[in-house]
Amino acid sequence: MATTSSLEGPTPPAQSKSWTLRLRQAIDRHLPMDHLLPDRQPYYVGSWVYVFGVVTIAALVWVVVSGIVLAFFGPQWWHDSRVGRFFNSLHFWSVQLFFIFMVLHLWGQYFMAGWRSGRAATWMIGVVIFAVSILTAFTGYLSQQNFDAQFIAINAKDAMNAAGIGVFFNVLNFGQMYGLHIMLLPIGVTILVVLHIVMVRTRGVVKPIDPEGGVRP
Amino acid sequence: MDTPTTYFHWGFILISVSNLLVIGGMVVLFAIALVAPFPHPKGADDGDNK
Amino acid sequence: MKSMGATQDEYYRGVHMVPYDLVKELFLALAGVGLLALLAAVILSSPDVAPVTIANWAQSDPVDFVTTATNELAGASTSAAYGNPYNTVGPGQSWGPIAPQKWFGTRIPVDSTNAFVIQPLQRASFSNTDLGSALTTWQGASSDQQTKWLDAYSKALPNATVTDGKVTVADGDYGPLPVMMSNLLGVAQAGGLDGLLVINGRFYQTDYTQPLLFMGDGSYLAGLAADLHLTGSLWGMMNETGSYPGQTWLWLYTMWYQVPPFTSSEGFLGLNSSNADLGIIILMTLLTAALALVPLIPILRDIPRWIPIHRLIWRQYYAPRKAAART
Repeated sequence: MATTSSLEGPTPPAQSKSWTLRLRQAIDRHLPMDHLLPDRQPYYVGSWVYVFGVVTIAALVWVVVSGIVLAFFGPQWWHDSRVGRFFNSLHFWSVQLFFIFMVLHLWGQYFMAGWRSGRAATWMIGVVIFAVSILTAFTGYLSQQNFDAQFIAINAKDAMNAAGIGVFFNVLNFGQMYGLHIMLLPIGVTILVVLHIVMVRTRGVVKPIDPEGGVRP
Repeated sequence: MDTPTTYFHWGFILISVSNLLVIGGMVVLFAIALVAPFPHPKGADDGDNK
Repeated sequence: MKSMGATQDEYYRGVHMVPYDLVKELFLALAGVGLLALLAAVILSSPDVAPVTIANWAQSDPVDFVTTATNELAGASTSAAYGNPYNTVGPGQSWGPIAPQKWFGTRIPVDSTNAFVIQPLQRASFSNTDLGSALTTWQGASSDQQTKWLDAYSKALPNATVTDGKVTVADGDYGPLPVMMSNLLGVAQAGGLDGLLVINGRFYQTDYTQPLLFMGDGSYLAGLAADLHLTGSLWGMMNETGSYPGQTWLWLYTMWYQVPPFTSSEGFLGLNSSNADLGIIILMTLLTAALALVPLIPILRDIPRWIPIHRLIWRQYYAPRKAAART
């Protein structure tokens, strides 16, 4: 947590021109290591509802891992290979678990009013993650190259076209949907999730709802 | 699992057994999470945050 | 600006802290969820209903195929009359002055008549002189004459018979249409049209716009989908083939398609079944924005205080207070 340069030498002036130093100092102020990886939590973190967030992350990890294997062998692999079909199944059920736990996490945070005390942005990022995840899943369903994908594409195009975005987001274009699904959208979801976690760790978990004010020590 | 599933029709609601199990299961899971006892840390408390 | 680190220390000042191992929790979660996903994958597998090809369609329902192709020639199919982004024939969906379907123009041009019928037939006529002369007759005829032939043929098709995969209609004046259609049907049944519509003169291709639009214009694909409860009016958006769970998170999006005003033609405030796609997308955008802005919306942000679910979650916190209140 140094406020001076890490190298030997004369101390720089209080308002250092070093961007590196200023960045390090900002990180030290906002998210010191013992807040990023605390080994203690307030005593009231004592409900299984608190677990839904980390379980959602775990499901996302399995979605990505199984997705990487599927991407490596190409979009046709899982139709022709039993191992491929297994990894597709892993991907399919991980996605189901991801949404199940994410929504349970949303319910929990809603009933805890988790946005209080400066945490509104954390909640909002959470909703954005929900929306982007739905979009990611949607492009995944469109990338299946089976009957389901055909029918979803033919129907969804009407909604996209009615909203004017069908020009930029052509659900009938497998190449576009696949590229969005395996690269651009997962990068987006990952960045948002990291941001969400950093915001939670920066502020800590919210206190219980207390109309009388104050917290029992 | 490739055989067609049954659908429940209640008023304007039409839902497959599978989807109903997922949603119903979520509600049950949430309820369990609310009431199930959560393991408390063993060992001495670390004391109050100063 | 107060730093968040210092603020968190202040926020928790006086709060009783207990050991909590976040990293171990993460690894337990990874193991637990991994096991669940693994078991589900091994026991239940995943859905994979084979896609329909134009060949399947042309073989299973040749009359529907020929009817659709005739509609394409007549410019009467769904895609031919769609509007943007494929063409400017139809007006597209609008709600009063809100008409985003028109804003970006015809950026995915599809000329249904030529793309789905004439061009494939021209390729097929390479070494087929009968087809070649039928095409010449067709293209040399006036549009009035073409319309007469199309009307007569369209009226005869509902009573067509199928023998050995070929479509036969009652005698009538259809001009070159029967020759054109039977050749197109033959190409389709052999799988040639699947290739021609995707490749479109190239070799590599990943864009299935044309074959999907063509299949969507017919009834075969939609009929199969209805059997599987995938169509819009059957909450199809959240359903999956077989007994698998679908996209249950789309429940609210698909629900609107089942209720007024989106189910009726008169509708309400200009929203009805013909602009349901636009109306519902606007509605869902607003609802999603409202969800994101819950912290700022009175009543919505106060409901958690009124419903005592939080008293279960934080019962350790409230218990001593309850005890104190009783004394």
